[in-house]
Amino acid sequence: MEFAKHKTVPVHSQAFWYYWGGLSLFFFVIQFLTGVLLLLYYRPGPDAYDSVRQITFDTNFGWLVRSVHSWAANLMIVAIFVHMFSVFFMKAYRKPREFGWWSGVALLGLAMVFGFSGYLLPMDDLAYFATKVGMEISNLIPVLGPKLADLVRGGPDVSEYTVHRFFALHVVVLPAVFLPILGFHLWLVQRHGNALPPSEAARTAAQRKSESFFPDFMMKDFAMWLVAFNILSVLAFMFPWELGPQADPLKPAPLGIHPEWYFMSQFQVLKVFGDWFPGKLGEILGIVVFTVGGILWFLIPLYDHAQEAGRRARRATWFGLLTLIMLIVTTVWGYLAL
Amino acid sequence: MSNAKDNNTPSAGVSRQTFLRAAMGGAGLVYAAGLAYPVYRYVASPIEKAAKEGAVTEVTLKDAQKLAPGSALMFRFGSRPTLLIHHDDGTWTALSAVCTHLACTVQYQADKKRIHCACHGGVYDPKTGANISGPPPKPLRRYEVKVTDVAVIVSRNPQGA
Repeated sequence: MEFAKHKTVPVHSQAFWYYWGGLSLFFFVIQFLTGVLLLLYYRPGPDAYDSVRQITFDTNFGWLVRSVHSWAANLMIVAIFVHMFSVFFMKAYRKPREFGWWSGVALLGLAMVFGFSGYLLPMDDLAYFATKVGMEISNLIPVLGPKLADLVRGGPDVSEYTVHRFFALHVVVLPAVFLPILGFHLWLVQRHGNALPPSEAARTAAQRKSESFFPDFMMKDFAMWLVAFNILSVLAFMFPWELGPQADPLKPAPLGIHPEWYFMSQFQVLKVFGDWFPGKLGEILGIVVFTVGGILWFLIPLYDHAQEAGRRARRATWFGLLTLIMLIVTTVWGYLAL
Repeated sequence: MSNAKDNNTPSAGVSRQTFLRAAMGGAGLVYAAGLAYPVYRYVASPIEKAAKEGAVTEVTLKDAQKLAPGSALMFRFGSRPTLLIHHDDGTWTALSAVCTHLACTVQYQADKKRIHCACHGGVYDPKTGANISGPPPKPLRRYEVKVTDVAVIVSRNPQGA
Protein backbone atom coordinates (compact mmCIF):
# COMPACT_ATOMS: atom_id res chain seq x y z
CA MET A 1 0.00 0.00 0.00
CA GLU A 2 2.80 2.36 0.96
CA PHE A 3 4.43 1.43 -2.30
CA ALA A 4 1.26 2.13 -4.29
CA LYS A 5 1.04 5.63 -2.79
CA HIS A 6 4.54 6.52 -3.88
CA LYS A 7 4.19 5.09 -7.33
CA THR A 8 3.37 7.68 -9.99
CA VAL A 9 2.12 7.47 -13.55
CA PRO A 10 3.11 10.04 -16.19
CA VAL A 11 0.39 12.29 -17.57
CA HIS A 12 0.70 13.33 -21.22
CA SER A 13 -1.13 13.28 -24.54
CA GLN A 14 -0.37 9.62 -25.17
CA ALA A 15 -1.22 8.35 -21.67
CA PHE A 16 -4.36 6.69 -23.06
CA TRP A 17 -2.21 3.77 -24.19
CA TYR A 18 -1.16 3.03 -20.62
CA TYR A 19 -4.52 1.37 -19.96
CA TRP A 20 -4.18 -1.45 -22.44
CA GLY A 21 -1.90 -3.66 -20.40
CA GLY A 22 -4.35 -3.42 -17.51
CA LEU A 23 -7.20 -4.21 -19.89
CA SER A 24 -5.37 -7.31 -21.13
CA LEU A 25 -4.96 -8.38 -17.52
CA PHE A 26 -8.64 -7.71 -16.84
CA PHE A 27 -9.70 -9.93 -19.72
CA PHE A 28 -7.29 -12.61 -18.57
CA VAL A 29 -8.90 -12.61 -15.12
CA ILE A 30 -12.32 -12.94 -16.83
CA GLN A 31 -10.94 -15.87 -18.82
CA PHE A 32 -9.67 -17.52 -15.69
CA LEU A 33 -12.98 -17.17 -13.85
CA THR A 34 -15.27 -18.16 -16.72
CA GLY A 35 -12.84 -20.98 -17.60
CA VAL A 36 -13.27 -22.43 -14.11
CA LEU A 37 -17.04 -22.15 -14.50
CA LEU A 38 -16.94 -23.99 -17.83
CA LEU A 39 -14.81 -26.70 -16.22
CA LEU A 40 -17.76 -27.52 -13.96
CA TYR A 41 -19.63 -29.05 -16.91
CA TYR A 42 -17.24 -29.52 -19.82
CA ARG A 43 -16.19 -33.10 -20.61
CA PRO A 44 -13.29 -33.63 -23.01
CA GLY A 45 -13.06 -36.70 -25.23
CA PRO A 46 -15.95 -38.30 -27.12
CA ASP A 47 -18.49 -36.39 -25.02
CA ALA A 48 -16.97 -32.99 -25.77
CA TYR A 49 -19.60 -31.76 -28.23
CA ASP A 50 -22.47 -33.07 -26.18
CA SER A 51 -21.21 -31.43 -23.02
CA VAL A 52 -20.86 -28.05 -24.75
CA ARG A 53 -24.35 -28.54 -26.17
CA GLN A 54 -25.60 -29.16 -22.62
CA ILE A 55 -23.75 -26.11 -21.30
CA THR A 56 -25.23 -23.97 -24.07
CA PHE A 57 -28.80 -25.23 -24.04
CA ASP A 58 -29.52 -27.18 -20.82
CA THR A 59 -27.65 -25.30 -18.11
CA ASN A 60 -28.89 -22.08 -16.52
CA PHE A 61 -26.99 -19.18 -18.12
CA GLY A 62 -24.55 -21.66 -19.64
CA TRP A 63 -24.87 -19.89 -23.00
CA LEU A 64 -23.85 -16.67 -21.28
CA VAL A 65 -20.82 -18.11 -19.49
CA ARG A 66 -19.63 -19.67 -22.72
CA SER A 67 -20.32 -16.51 -24.70
CA VAL A 68 -18.39 -14.37 -22.21
CA HIS A 69 -15.45 -16.80 -22.34
CA SER A 70 -15.34 -16.68 -26.14
CA TRP A 71 -15.80 -12.92 -26.43
CA ALA A 72 -13.31 -12.11 -23.67
CA ALA A 73 -10.76 -14.38 -25.36
CA ASN A 74 -11.00 -12.29 -28.51
CA LEU A 75 -11.05 -8.98 -26.67
CA MET A 76 -8.00 -10.07 -24.68
CA ILE A 77 -6.06 -10.66 -27.88
CA VAL A 78 -7.21 -7.26 -29.20
CA ALA A 79 -6.07 -5.60 -25.96
CA ILE A 80 -2.70 -7.37 -26.04
CA PHE A 81 -2.14 -6.33 -29.67
CA VAL A 82 -2.97 -2.69 -28.90
CA HIS A 83 -0.75 -2.86 -25.81
CA MET A 84 2.11 -4.36 -27.79
CA PHE A 85 1.97 -1.81 -30.61
CA SER A 86 1.70 1.10 -28.18
CA VAL A 87 4.74 -0.22 -26.32
CA PHE A 88 6.50 -0.57 -29.65
CA PHE A 89 5.79 2.98 -30.81
CA MET A 90 6.63 4.44 -27.39
CA LYS A 91 9.93 2.58 -27.72
CA ALA A 92 9.17 1.12 -24.29
CA TYR A 93 11.13 -2.03 -25.16
CA ARG A 94 14.41 -0.15 -24.77
CA LYS A 95 16.81 -0.62 -21.91
CA PRO A 96 16.02 -1.35 -19.10
CA ARG A 97 12.70 -2.76 -20.32
CA GLU A 98 13.95 -5.45 -22.74
CA PHE A 99 12.63 -8.28 -20.58
CA GLY A 100 9.27 -6.58 -20.30
CA TRP A 101 9.09 -6.68 -24.10
CA TRP A 102 10.26 -10.28 -24.38
CA SER A 103 7.94 -11.58 -21.67
CA GLY A 104 5.10 -9.58 -23.22
CA VAL A 105 5.61 -11.01 -26.70
CA ALA A 106 5.82 -14.48 -25.11
CA LEU A 107 2.48 -13.83 -23.37
CA LEU A 108 0.91 -12.84 -26.69
CA GLY A 109 2.23 -16.04 -28.28
CA LEU A 110 0.83 -18.09 -25.41
CA ALA A 111 -2.49 -16.26 -25.61
CA MET A 112 -2.73 -17.25 -29.27
CA VAL A 113 -2.00 -20.88 -28.39
CA PHE A 114 -4.69 -20.57 -25.70
CA GLY A 115 -7.02 -19.42 -28.44
CA PHE A 116 -6.05 -22.15 -30.87
CA SER A 117 -6.36 -24.95 -28.30
CA GLY A 118 -9.60 -23.59 -26.87
CA TYR A 119 -11.14 -23.28 -30.31
CA LEU A 120 -11.16 -27.08 -30.76
CA LEU A 121 -12.74 -27.95 -27.43
CA PRO A 122 -16.43 -27.68 -28.46
CA MET A 123 -15.71 -30.10 -31.35
CA ASP A 124 -18.21 -28.56 -33.73
CA ASP A 125 -17.47 -28.61 -37.44
CA LEU A 126 -15.70 -25.22 -37.56
CA ALA A 127 -13.51 -26.16 -34.62
CA TYR A 128 -12.66 -29.48 -36.20
CA PHE A 129 -11.65 -28.12 -39.60
CA ALA A 130 -9.84 -25.07 -38.23
CA THR A 131 -7.70 -27.38 -36.09
CA LYS A 132 -7.18 -29.80 -38.95
CA VAL A 133 -5.93 -27.03 -41.23
CA GLY A 134 -3.89 -25.41 -38.47
CA MET A 135 -2.12 -28.66 -37.73
CA GLU A 136 -1.32 -29.22 -41.40
CA ILE A 137 0.82 -26.10 -41.31
CA SER A 138 3.31 -27.72 -38.97
CA ASN A 139 3.78 -30.37 -41.67
CA LEU A 140 5.74 -27.75 -43.58
CA ILE A 141 8.54 -27.85 -41.02
CA PRO A 142 11.04 -30.23 -42.62
CA VAL A 143 11.53 -33.72 -41.12
CA LEU A 144 10.18 -32.97 -37.63
CA GLY A 145 6.93 -31.29 -38.72
CA PRO A 146 4.76 -34.32 -39.54
CA LYS A 147 5.98 -36.25 -36.49
CA LEU A 148 5.28 -33.26 -34.27
CA ALA A 149 1.78 -32.84 -35.73
CA ASP A 150 1.00 -36.53 -35.09
CA LEU A 151 2.18 -36.21 -31.51
CA VAL A 152 0.11 -33.10 -30.85
CA ARG A 153 -2.99 -34.61 -32.50
CA GLY A 154 -2.52 -38.02 -30.93
CA GLY A 155 -2.76 -39.68 -34.35
CA PRO A 156 -2.89 -38.86 -38.02
CA ASP A 157 -6.22 -37.08 -37.70
CA VAL A 158 -8.04 -34.73 -35.35
CA SER A 159 -9.97 -37.00 -32.97
CA GLU A 160 -11.11 -37.34 -29.37
CA TYR A 161 -7.45 -37.85 -28.46
CA THR A 162 -6.74 -34.41 -29.88
CA VAL A 163 -9.52 -32.92 -27.76
CA HIS A 164 -8.01 -34.50 -24.65
CA ARG A 165 -4.54 -33.22 -25.48
CA PHE A 166 -5.74 -29.73 -26.31
CA PHE A 167 -7.79 -29.75 -23.11
CA ALA A 168 -4.75 -30.66 -21.00
CA LEU A 169 -2.80 -27.95 -22.84
CA HIS A 170 -5.55 -25.36 -22.45
CA VAL A 171 -6.34 -25.79 -18.75
CA VAL A 172 -3.10 -27.12 -17.24
CA VAL A 173 0.02 -26.66 -19.33
CA LEU A 174 -0.64 -23.19 -20.72
CA PRO A 175 -1.76 -21.64 -17.41
CA ALA A 176 1.25 -23.22 -15.71
CA VAL A 177 3.54 -21.53 -18.23
CA PHE A 178 1.53 -18.33 -18.64
CA LEU A 179 1.08 -17.37 -14.98
CA PRO A 180 4.77 -17.21 -13.96
CA ILE A 181 5.59 -15.19 -17.08
CA LEU A 182 2.67 -12.89 -16.34
CA GLY A 183 3.91 -12.50 -12.77
CA PHE A 184 7.38 -11.65 -14.06
CA HIS A 185 5.93 -9.18 -16.57
CA LEU A 186 3.87 -7.40 -13.88
CA TRP A 187 6.82 -7.35 -11.50
CA LEU A 188 8.95 -5.69 -14.19
CA VAL A 189 6.25 -3.07 -14.77
CA GLN A 190 6.32 -2.23 -11.05
CA ARG A 191 10.10 -2.16 -11.04
CA HIS A 192 10.61 0.08 -14.04
CA GLY A 193 7.40 2.09 -13.94
CA ASN A 194 5.68 3.43 -17.04
CA ALA A 195 7.89 4.19 -20.00
CA LEU A 196 7.75 7.64 -21.53
CA PRO A 197 7.27 8.04 -25.26
CA PRO A 198 10.35 9.64 -26.91
CA SER A 199 8.56 13.01 -27.26
CA GLU A 200 7.96 13.14 -23.50
CA ALA A 201 11.38 11.80 -22.62
CA ALA A 202 12.91 14.72 -24.54
CA ARG A 203 11.33 17.20 -22.09
CA THR A 204 12.94 18.23 -18.84
CA ALA A 205 11.72 16.69 -15.62
CA ALA A 206 10.15 20.02 -14.60
CA GLN A 207 8.07 20.09 -17.77
CA ARG A 208 6.64 16.60 -17.22
CA LYS A 209 3.45 15.96 -15.31
CA SER A 210 2.49 12.89 -13.35
CA GLU A 211 -0.22 11.59 -11.05
CA SER A 212 -0.23 9.13 -8.19
CA PHE A 213 -0.93 5.51 -9.02
CA PHE A 214 -3.17 5.27 -5.98
CA PRO A 215 -5.85 6.46 -6.01
CA ASP A 216 -5.76 8.63 -9.19
CA PHE A 217 -4.55 6.25 -11.88
CA MET A 218 -6.12 3.22 -10.26
CA MET A 219 -9.57 4.83 -10.34
CA LYS A 220 -9.14 5.56 -14.04
CA ASP A 221 -7.86 2.04 -14.58
CA PHE A 222 -10.91 0.77 -12.76
CA ALA A 223 -13.18 2.96 -14.89
CA MET A 224 -11.60 1.48 -18.03
CA TRP A 225 -12.25 -2.00 -16.69
CA LEU A 226 -15.86 -1.06 -16.11
CA VAL A 227 -16.15 0.17 -19.69
CA ALA A 228 -14.50 -3.04 -20.91
CA PHE A 229 -16.84 -5.12 -18.76
CA ASN A 230 -19.88 -3.33 -20.16
CA ILE A 231 -18.72 -3.80 -23.75
CA LEU A 232 -18.03 -7.47 -23.02
CA SER A 233 -21.46 -7.94 -21.45
CA VAL A 234 -23.27 -6.29 -24.34
CA LEU A 235 -21.37 -8.40 -26.90
CA ALA A 236 -21.91 -11.64 -24.98
CA PHE A 237 -25.62 -10.91 -24.51
CA MET A 238 -26.42 -9.56 -27.96
CA PHE A 239 -24.24 -11.94 -29.95
CA PRO A 240 -24.14 -15.23 -28.05
CA TRP A 241 -21.34 -17.44 -29.29
CA GLU A 242 -22.73 -20.05 -31.64
CA LEU A 243 -22.32 -23.80 -31.58
CA GLY A 244 -22.16 -25.39 -35.02
CA PRO A 245 -23.18 -28.92 -35.93
CA GLN A 246 -21.12 -31.72 -34.43
CA ALA A 247 -17.82 -32.41 -36.16
CA ASP A 248 -18.05 -35.29 -38.61
CA PRO A 249 -14.88 -36.42 -40.38
CA LEU A 250 -16.99 -37.86 -43.22
CA LYS A 251 -18.63 -34.55 -44.03
CA PRO A 252 -16.99 -32.03 -46.36
CA ALA A 253 -15.65 -28.81 -44.84
CA PRO A 254 -18.29 -26.06 -44.63
CA LEU A 255 -18.00 -23.19 -47.12
CA GLY A 256 -16.12 -20.06 -46.07
CA ILE A 257 -14.17 -21.83 -43.35
CA HIS A 258 -11.46 -19.65 -41.94
CA PRO A 259 -9.36 -19.33 -38.79
CA GLU A 260 -9.96 -16.86 -35.97
CA TRP A 261 -9.16 -13.29 -36.96
CA TYR A 262 -5.81 -13.28 -35.17
CA PHE A 263 -4.58 -16.07 -37.44
CA MET A 264 -6.16 -14.53 -40.53
CA SER A 265 -3.03 -12.64 -41.57
CA GLN A 266 -0.87 -15.77 -41.57
CA PHE A 267 -3.65 -17.69 -43.30
CA GLN A 268 -3.89 -15.10 -46.08
CA VAL A 269 -0.12 -14.80 -46.55
CA LEU A 270 0.14 -18.58 -46.93
CA LYS A 271 -2.71 -18.55 -49.42
CA VAL A 272 -1.23 -15.69 -51.48
CA PHE A 273 2.26 -17.13 -51.52
CA GLY A 274 0.74 -20.45 -52.50
CA ASP A 275 -0.85 -18.74 -55.51
CA TRP A 276 2.34 -16.90 -56.49
CA PHE A 277 4.74 -19.78 -56.11
CA PRO A 278 3.55 -23.21 -57.13
CA GLY A 279 3.78 -26.24 -54.83
CA LYS A 280 5.29 -26.32 -51.42
CA LEU A 281 7.66 -23.46 -52.21
CA GLY A 282 4.95 -20.83 -51.73
CA GLU A 283 3.90 -22.16 -48.34
CA ILE A 284 7.47 -22.46 -47.16
CA LEU A 285 8.21 -18.90 -48.31
CA GLY A 286 5.14 -17.69 -46.46
CA ILE A 287 6.28 -19.41 -43.27
CA VAL A 288 9.79 -17.99 -43.70
CA VAL A 289 8.44 -14.43 -44.09
CA PHE A 290 6.41 -14.77 -40.91
CA THR A 291 9.15 -16.44 -38.93
CA VAL A 292 11.83 -13.92 -39.92
CA GLY A 293 9.43 -11.02 -39.30
CA GLY A 294 8.54 -12.46 -35.91
CA ILE A 295 12.17 -12.91 -34.90
CA LEU A 296 13.04 -9.35 -35.97
CA TRP A 297 10.04 -8.09 -34.02
CA PHE A 298 11.02 -10.07 -30.94
CA LEU A 299 14.64 -8.95 -31.03
CA ILE A 300 13.99 -5.22 -31.54
CA PRO A 301 15.47 -4.25 -28.12
CA LEU A 302 18.80 -5.65 -29.32
CA TYR A 303 19.16 -3.39 -32.35
CA ASP A 304 17.19 -0.27 -31.43
CA HIS A 305 18.91 1.30 -28.43
CA ALA A 306 17.76 3.98 -26.06
CA GLN A 307 20.62 6.36 -26.75
CA GLU A 308 19.97 6.52 -30.44
CA ALA A 309 17.06 8.84 -30.91
CA GLY A 310 17.92 9.71 -34.51
CA ARG A 311 17.74 7.82 -37.73
CA ARG A 312 17.82 4.34 -36.25
CA ALA A 313 14.86 5.08 -34.02
CA ARG A 314 12.91 6.31 -37.03
CA ARG A 315 13.79 3.08 -38.78
CA ALA A 316 12.22 1.14 -35.91
CA THR A 317 9.10 3.27 -36.17
CA TRP A 318 8.88 2.54 -39.89
CA PHE A 319 9.32 -1.16 -39.17
CA GLY A 320 6.47 -0.97 -36.65
CA LEU A 321 4.21 0.88 -39.07
CA LEU A 322 5.01 -1.55 -41.87
CA THR A 323 4.23 -4.52 -39.61
CA LEU A 324 0.97 -2.97 -38.44
CA ILE A 325 -0.13 -2.08 -41.98
CA MET A 326 0.84 -5.52 -43.31
CA LEU A 327 -1.11 -7.26 -40.54
CA ILE A 328 -4.20 -5.13 -41.14
CA VAL A 329 -4.04 -5.34 -44.93
CA THR A 330 -3.55 -9.12 -45.04
CA THR A 331 -6.27 -9.65 -42.42
CA VAL A 332 -8.82 -7.51 -44.28
CA TRP A 333 -7.73 -9.08 -47.56
CA GLY A 334 -8.22 -12.51 -46.01
CA TYR A 335 -11.81 -11.70 -45.05
CA LEU A 336 -12.56 -10.16 -48.44
CA ALA A 337 -11.17 -13.22 -50.21
CA LEU A 338 -13.39 -15.69 -48.31
CA MET B 1 -40.25 21.02 2.81
CA SER B 2 -37.19 20.02 0.87
CA ASN B 3 -36.00 23.62 0.72
CA ALA B 4 -36.14 23.90 4.47
CA LYS B 5 -34.11 20.72 4.72
CA ASP B 6 -31.46 22.02 2.33
CA ASN B 7 -31.10 25.15 4.40
CA ASN B 8 -30.50 23.07 7.46
CA THR B 9 -27.67 21.13 5.81
CA PRO B 10 -24.42 22.59 7.08
CA SER B 11 -22.53 22.14 3.81
CA ALA B 12 -23.99 21.30 0.42
CA GLY B 13 -20.65 19.71 -0.59
CA VAL B 14 -20.86 17.06 2.06
CA SER B 15 -24.37 16.03 1.17
CA ARG B 16 -23.46 15.82 -2.50
CA GLN B 17 -20.50 13.65 -1.66
CA THR B 18 -22.65 11.44 0.53
CA PHE B 19 -25.20 11.19 -2.25
CA LEU B 20 -22.55 10.29 -4.83
CA ARG B 21 -21.04 7.70 -2.52
CA ALA B 22 -24.44 6.14 -1.94
CA ALA B 23 -25.21 6.20 -5.67
CA MET B 24 -21.91 4.55 -6.52
CA GLY B 25 -22.38 2.00 -3.76
CA GLY B 26 -25.84 1.29 -5.09
CA ALA B 27 -24.58 0.92 -8.65
CA GLY B 28 -21.85 -1.39 -7.35
CA LEU B 29 -24.44 -3.52 -5.60
CA VAL B 30 -26.53 -3.73 -8.77
CA TYR B 31 -23.43 -4.83 -10.68
CA ALA B 32 -22.51 -7.40 -8.04
CA ALA B 33 -26.03 -8.79 -8.01
CA GLY B 34 -26.15 -8.83 -11.81
CA LEU B 35 -22.96 -10.87 -11.78
CA ALA B 36 -23.76 -13.12 -8.86
CA TYR B 37 -27.24 -14.12 -10.01
CA PRO B 38 -26.33 -15.83 -13.32
CA VAL B 39 -23.20 -17.35 -11.79
CA TYR B 40 -25.20 -18.79 -8.90
CA ARG B 41 -27.93 -20.16 -11.19
CA TYR B 42 -25.24 -21.62 -13.47
CA VAL B 43 -23.43 -23.36 -10.64
CA ALA B 44 -26.70 -24.52 -9.07
CA SER B 45 -28.05 -25.96 -12.33
CA PRO B 46 -27.63 -29.66 -11.37
CA ILE B 47 -29.22 -29.05 -7.97
CA GLU B 48 -32.30 -27.65 -9.67
CA LYS B 49 -32.32 -30.60 -12.04
CA ALA B 50 -32.08 -33.09 -9.16
CA ALA B 51 -34.89 -31.33 -7.34
CA LYS B 52 -37.04 -31.66 -10.44
CA GLU B 53 -36.17 -35.34 -10.74
CA GLY B 54 -36.82 -35.87 -7.04
CA ALA B 55 -40.28 -34.44 -7.49
CA VAL B 56 -41.55 -37.71 -9.07
CA THR B 57 -44.37 -39.35 -7.18
CA GLU B 58 -44.44 -42.68 -8.99
CA VAL B 59 -41.98 -45.03 -10.68
CA THR B 60 -43.01 -47.94 -12.90
CA LEU B 61 -40.55 -50.83 -12.92
CA LYS B 62 -41.25 -52.91 -16.02
CA ASP B 63 -41.05 -56.70 -15.55
CA ALA B 64 -40.12 -56.29 -11.88
CA GLN B 65 -43.08 -58.55 -10.99
CA LYS B 66 -40.83 -61.43 -12.14
CA LEU B 67 -38.44 -60.75 -9.24
CA ALA B 68 -37.95 -64.07 -7.40
CA PRO B 69 -39.30 -64.33 -3.83
CA GLY B 70 -36.56 -63.79 -1.25
CA SER B 71 -34.68 -61.30 -3.41
CA ALA B 72 -34.45 -57.58 -3.92
CA LEU B 73 -33.56 -55.05 -6.57
CA MET B 74 -32.23 -51.53 -6.39
CA PHE B 75 -33.73 -48.73 -8.48
CA ARG B 76 -33.87 -44.96 -8.50
CA PHE B 77 -36.90 -43.19 -7.12
CA GLY B 78 -36.18 -39.75 -8.54
CA SER B 79 -32.53 -39.39 -7.66
CA ARG B 80 -32.60 -41.62 -4.54
CA PRO B 81 -31.56 -45.27 -4.50
CA THR B 82 -34.52 -47.38 -3.44
CA LEU B 83 -34.95 -51.08 -2.58
CA LEU B 84 -37.76 -53.23 -3.90
CA ILE B 85 -37.97 -56.46 -1.86
CA HIS B 86 -40.06 -59.52 -2.77
CA HIS B 87 -40.44 -61.47 0.47
CA ASP B 88 -40.67 -65.27 0.75
CA ASP B 89 -44.32 -65.00 1.80
CA GLY B 90 -45.10 -63.25 -1.48
CA THR B 91 -45.49 -59.76 -0.04
CA TRP B 92 -43.64 -56.75 -1.42
CA THR B 93 -41.91 -53.81 0.23
CA ALA B 94 -40.27 -50.71 -1.23
CA LEU B 95 -37.92 -48.79 1.07
CA SER B 96 -35.54 -45.91 0.64
CA ALA B 97 -32.03 -47.36 0.54
CA VAL B 98 -30.48 -44.28 2.13
CA CYS B 99 -29.44 -45.01 5.72
CA THR B 100 -31.00 -42.54 8.14
CA HIS B 101 -27.72 -42.38 10.05
CA LEU B 102 -25.16 -40.89 7.65
CA ALA B 103 -26.71 -41.52 4.22
CA CYS B 104 -24.78 -44.62 3.12
CA THR B 105 -26.64 -46.94 0.77
CA VAL B 106 -28.01 -49.96 2.64
CA GLN B 107 -28.34 -53.54 1.32
CA TYR B 108 -30.88 -56.34 1.67
CA GLN B 109 -29.34 -59.52 3.13
CA ALA B 110 -31.68 -62.32 2.08
CA ASP B 111 -29.97 -65.00 4.22
CA LYS B 112 -30.30 -62.97 7.42
CA LYS B 113 -33.64 -61.47 6.46
CA ARG B 114 -32.50 -57.99 7.34
CA ILE B 115 -31.41 -54.70 5.81
CA HIS B 116 -27.86 -53.87 6.74
CA CYS B 117 -25.76 -50.73 6.42
CA ALA B 118 -22.10 -51.60 5.98
CA CYS B 119 -20.86 -48.16 7.00
CA HIS B 120 -21.72 -48.24 10.72
CA GLY B 121 -23.57 -51.51 11.17
CA GLY B 122 -27.14 -50.19 11.22
CA VAL B 123 -29.87 -52.84 10.87
CA TYR B 124 -33.44 -52.36 9.67
CA ASP B 125 -36.49 -54.59 9.40
CA PRO B 126 -36.97 -55.50 5.69
CA LYS B 127 -40.78 -55.50 5.95
CA THR B 128 -41.38 -52.25 7.77
CA GLY B 129 -38.09 -50.39 7.45
CA ALA B 130 -37.99 -49.96 11.25
CA ASN B 131 -34.54 -49.30 12.70
CA ILE B 132 -33.72 -52.37 14.82
CA SER B 133 -30.14 -51.93 15.96
CA GLY B 134 -27.05 -49.83 15.46
CA PRO B 135 -26.84 -46.04 15.10
CA PRO B 136 -29.78 -45.25 12.73
CA PRO B 137 -32.13 -42.81 14.48
CA LYS B 138 -35.17 -43.28 12.24
CA PRO B 139 -36.82 -45.99 10.11
CA LEU B 140 -36.25 -46.10 6.37
CA ARG B 141 -38.84 -44.30 4.32
CA ARG B 142 -41.51 -46.65 2.94
CA TYR B 143 -43.19 -46.48 -0.45
CA GLU B 144 -46.47 -47.92 -1.70
CA VAL B 145 -46.11 -50.98 -3.94
CA LYS B 146 -48.61 -52.12 -6.55
CA VAL B 147 -47.89 -55.31 -8.51
CA THR B 148 -49.51 -55.78 -11.93
CA ASP B 149 -49.09 -58.37 -14.68
CA VAL B 150 -46.45 -56.36 -16.47
CA ALA B 151 -44.77 -54.16 -13.87
CA VAL B 152 -44.37 -53.08 -10.28
CA ILE B 153 -45.50 -49.54 -9.56
CA VAL B 154 -43.85 -47.81 -6.63
CA SER B 155 -45.39 -44.58 -5.39
CA ARG B 156 -44.93 -42.03 -2.70
CA ASN B 157 -47.07 -42.81 0.29
CA PRO B 158 -49.60 -40.00 0.61
CA GLN B 159 -49.50 -40.42 4.38
CA GLY B 160 -45.77 -39.98 4.28
CA ALA B 161 -45.22 -43.03 6.53
